[in-house]
Amino acid sequence: MAVSKSANGGGSRPQPDGHIQVRDLTMAYGEHVVMRDLNFTVKRGEIFIIMGGSGCGKSTLMRHMIGLIEPAAGEVLYDGKSFTKAGPGEREAMLRRFGVLYQGGALWSSMTLAENIGLPLGEFTDLSPAEIRAVAALKLALVGLSGFEDFYPSEISGGMQKRAGLARAMALDPEVLFFDEPSAGLDPISSSLLDELILDLRDNLGATVVVVTHELASIFKIGDDSVFLEAESKTIIASGAPKELLANCRDPRVHRFLTRAGPEIGDHHG
Amino acid sequence: MRIEQVAANENLSFEKTGDGTLLIHLQGAWRMHHGMPSASRMEPEFRAGSSPRRIAFEAAKLAEWDSSLLSFVWSVSELCIRRGIEADRTGLPPGLRNLLELAEAVHEKEDDSRAKRRPSLVERLGRASIATADSLGESLSFLGQVVVAFGNLARGKARYRASDLFETIQECGANGLGIVSLVSFLVGVILAFMGAVQLQQFGAQIYVADLVAIGTARDMGAIMTAMIVTGRTGAAFTARIGTMKVTEEIDAMTTMGISPIEFLVLPRIIALTLMMPLLCLYSDFMGIIGGASIGAGMLGLSPAAYMGESIHALHAHDLLGGLFKSLVYGILIAFAGCLCGFECGNSSSAVGEATTRAVVMSIVLIVVSCGIFAVVFNILKI
Repeated sequence: MAVSKSANGGGSRPQPDGHIQVRDLTMAYGEHVVMRDLNFTVKRGEIFIIMGGSGCGKSTLMRHMIGLIEPAAGEVLYDGKSFTKAGPGEREAMLRRFGVLYQGGALWSSMTLAENIGLPLGEFTDLSPAEIRAVAALKLALVGLSGFEDFYPSEISGGMQKRAGLARAMALDPEVLFFDEPSAGLDPISSSLLDELILDLRDNLGATVVVVTHELASIFKIGDDSVFLEAESKTIIASGAPKELLANCRDPRVHRFLTRAGPEIGDHHG
Repeated sequence: MRIEQVAANENLSFEKTGDGTLLIHLQGAWRMHHGMPSASRMEPEFRAGSSPRRIAFEAAKLAEWDSSLLSFVWSVSELCIRRGIEADRTGLPPGLRNLLELAEAVHEKEDDSRAKRRPSLVERLGRASIATADSLGESLSFLGQVVVAFGNLARGKARYRASDLFETIQECGANGLGIVSLVSFLVGVILAFMGAVQLQQFGAQIYVADLVAIGTARDMGAIMTAMIVTGRTGAAFTARIGTMKVTEEIDAMTTMGISPIEFLVLPRIIALTLMMPLLCLYSDFMGIIGGASIGAGMLGLSPAAYMGESIHALHAHDLLGGLFKSLVYGILIAFAGCLCGFECGNSSSAVGEATTRAVVMSIVLIVVSCGIFAVVFNILKI
């Protein structure tokens, strides 16, 4: 986000397209290839969905994009710079531009919410403790958790933990926010509120958002663009705006997924 | 107009207009990495007599901004609310205005975020006493459940996997031989060395063998083995069971009608009860070997003479007493390890705390029971 969207567009923004590029990416665990030849581009400021059935490698793809797993082949580029081939120092600098919301929130349980958000601020900025506390309170307010600064993760509900995880992901004003299954474990209303929050934050912060999910409601509500991973063919079998995929995609596997039809039924009867 | 330079790259200046409005000019780049101004810088503008009626923002020369500006404007807004001053945000960039609205929207009920206050000393003392009593109750309840589980075992009704038992036996027995060898040998060396320095003065160096043999067999072997097993095995029991609790594996067992006490605690207590005397016996042997190395290397005693003196000095009740103590220590370590695992909270830090508690509890129980044994054995003249 680096927010940087001043009213008069004062920020120096790189080219509008191609914020993240994934080129010929092959993901493998040893000899076992999970996905091969993945190619796609995420545009700046859009909400990009990585979808597919359970166990097809969606989260693995995200973990490749944020450098937790090294690709077997291919590379990931941010603003045209290779993240995969970057040296340790350069990679660390690039990592600070990411914010990641993990499935379970992954809040550090021995720290309060304010300390969770304050840790990266203390490490990577020159802010004083009081300023860090103020920024942490603001980030918590942005996700609707004003007043919960001194609570430990175990003292709040699962949905609140997820939102606190989002506040932590936003701590350093990242340019790219990654969400791993944001709806997992949330009731439909909380899930919908989180979707709205993601839209609000994207619209106002200008961050690029990459979401790994198989929740249809979320996919259609927030997705600008998407790729569909398929386990059997081990690659992307469809890409485009989710609503357009639903309307135009002829591939029965994608159609079944997007219409929640059972296996081998309804392909040509609807 | 007064201009205040706030930081190298960030600019903030104030202007008072005729109608009682304080106009805040925001200029340049606002970057969190370069620090941020505090809303308290506004305080002088609010001094009695000159306090503005309204605050407005002007951002025509504002370049890039991030959370530092957001945080500043948010703090200023709160200050205005506290002082009853109207804040006009129309001069701010639209994205920033929207974010402020988002931050001010209340999602959670106010009561949920009950303010945390520090309780008084009396309250803390009371809570600590209640917690201790509760913990004692839970320990007794756990002890009761373990006894019931052993009752089921005696009747052949307890359910656990034999493979778990053998794995635990291997883990706490055979896999621990290396560290038990090292520590016991060194303890034997230390005992012999300390004895040798004194006994040499009287030409009684041969009695170093008696000292080491009796000391090791009666107490040191059992104590040192217990300390090693506490750190290696007891802590591992707690960490394993605690993690299972965090990941709801224990709940899954309970809801399937499998008793976690029988399934997890029984094999651990049985394994440690069986292995501790064996480890202790091995530790006694290694201690005597350690003593013999000093006897041979420093005192010029032949290994045969040293071992002959050791065997002569040792009585069956010394050895059996030590083994009995180690058996009791084994039960205590397994009990403390499993108990703390079951009492563990639901977070990763709780697992760490539970493990620490298990080690401390085991050591205290071992030392206390060692003292009791000393008194009882003395009364029984063992």
